[in-house]
Formats: sequence, C-alpha cells, structure tokens
Amino acid sequence: MLSLSHYLIIGAALFCLSVAGIFINRKNVIVLLMCIELMLLAVNMNFIAFSHFNQDIAGQVFVFFILTVAAAESAIGLAILVVLFRNRNSINVEDLDALKG
Amino acid sequence: MSFETLVFYVFSAMLIASGVLVITLRNPVHAVLSLVLAFFASAGLWMLLEAEFLAIALVLVYVGAVMVLFLFVVMMLDINIAVVREGFARYLPVAAMFAVLMGVSLLLVVGPAHFGLAQVPAPPAAASNVNNTEQLGLAMFTQFVLPLEIASVVLLVAIIAAIALTLRHTRQTKAPKPELQVRVRREDRIRLVKMDAEKGT
Repeated sequence: MLSLSHYLIIGAALFCLSVAGIFINRKNVIVLLMCIELMLLAVNMNFIAFSHFNQDIAGQVFVFFILTVAAAESAIGLAILVVLFRNRNSINVEDLDALKG
Repeated sequence: MSFETLVFYVFSAMLIASGVLVITLRNPVHAVLSLVLAFFASAGLWMLLEAEFLAIALVLVYVGAVMVLFLFVVMMLDINIAVVREGFARYLPVAAMFAVLMGVSLLLVVGPAHFGLAQVPAPPAAASNVNNTEQLGLAMFTQFVLPLEIASVVLLVAIIAAIALTLRHTRQTKAPKPELQVRVRREDRIRLVKMDAEKGT
C-alpha cells in the first residue's frame, strides 16, 4: 500500500537531482532553466500528494497556479535568452558580466 | 505487490532516470526530450494520486507548449557544447556531496517514520461519480477567484514581456508609403543640368 512518504521521497529525490544539476551545469543557461522546471515539478508532486492524502482540493488549485507562474517564467526566460544570444552570440553564464556582479 | 504499487515504481524509476539524463546529457536537445519524459512520468504519478485534470494539463500545456518552446529555442540557438560543458567534472563531486547531504536530510523528514501509513492513513478511494475537474473548477471559481484573476494577469504580462523583448524594429516589408508618394514634387526627382554644347573640330 502506497503511503504519503513514498510520494514525498520521490519529490525530494527529484529536487536534490535538480539542485545537483544546477551545480554541474552552471555554464549553460538552458540547462539551468530546465533544472528550475524540474524543481517546480518536484514541489508540485509534494502539493498533489498532500492534497490527495488530506482530501483537500486547495493543494491542486495551488499546483495550477504554480504551473501558470512556471509557464510565464520560462516564456520570459527563453525570450531573454534569445535576446542575449542575439547580442552576445553565447549563452555561457561567464560571458554575462555586463552588470559587473 | 498490488498493481498500483507496480505502476508507482515504474513511473518513479522513469522519473528519476529521466531527471538524471536531463542534468547529465551533453546535447541540450536530448536533455529537453528527457525533460519531456520526466513530465510524462510525473503525469502518470499524478493520475495515481487522483489529480486527473492536472495530469492531463501537465501533458497538454507543459509538454505541448512550454517544452516545445524550449525545444524551439534550443534548436534555434547555435550552442557551442564544448564551452558550456567545461567545469562539468570539476563541479561533479561538490554537486554529488550537496545532493546526497540534502537528500539524506530530506529523507529524515519525509521518511516513513513521519509520513507513513500509520501517521497519515490512506484516504478512501474516490467514488465513481466524483469528478476531479468539476471539484477543481468549483474551488477555483469560488474560493480562489481572486488568485485566478491575478494568474491571468501574470500570463498577460508574460505575453507582453516576451513579445516586447524579442521584437526587432527593423523594416521587414518593402511596401510603398502612399502619403510620401503623393507628396513628391517635381524638384525632388528631376535635376536639369545646363552645359555647353560640344564644339566640333
């Protein structure tokens, strides 16, 4: 019989994987965006698992809003990426030092 | 092992494997495709959790729109893989250590000791006349109607921002401008030159 902790462990494993992905792909902006998507997916998994086991639909409504914000985020992120590539001809994070951060 | 458990383990293995592929594959196109597989696997898991509407929405909206946008951008940009891959081996030990540390600490919190069946009993199976989409819609358009409006504004802002960022103000068309054409005068087009006639020898 599946318990709540089964789903939470899957979510935690996915989250750790995407954190590791951000560490090892820190030069590639596209993979960084994909790792953020994976993180949001892991969080959504937790929300839906809690929603199911607590019999509360509010968790699913929240996942709906997270999906909305994630879609907006990736659309704007990719637009910035395209403009960036047009200007610098590179998506390497190291080249993005115009703000001297 | 019940059928449900078997489905859970199959989809979980698929999810974790495709997650590993997303962060390790060399080619960004392959990484996007494994991200699509990860979304499919988690849609299957959400089905098991009786969140049917969101599972379908994940496949239709996420795989159908957002991931295709990703794929489009990845294929449009000409990425030098060798440059963006440097540092991969160097950061791997740090990343693995960090991930294991975080994983262990998360496992201590969410493990079966705190969220097992004894602590959180499984809910009764939903009756066959329960409609997940209807429930979700009912909650969304009554209790959560203001957040829904804000979410639509967020999407509108995203549309405007994406268009404003990528719009180029170069002249794309060669259509004539009639207002300039009718305003043209004779002096703008014709130049009369006075010169001596050539003398014969």
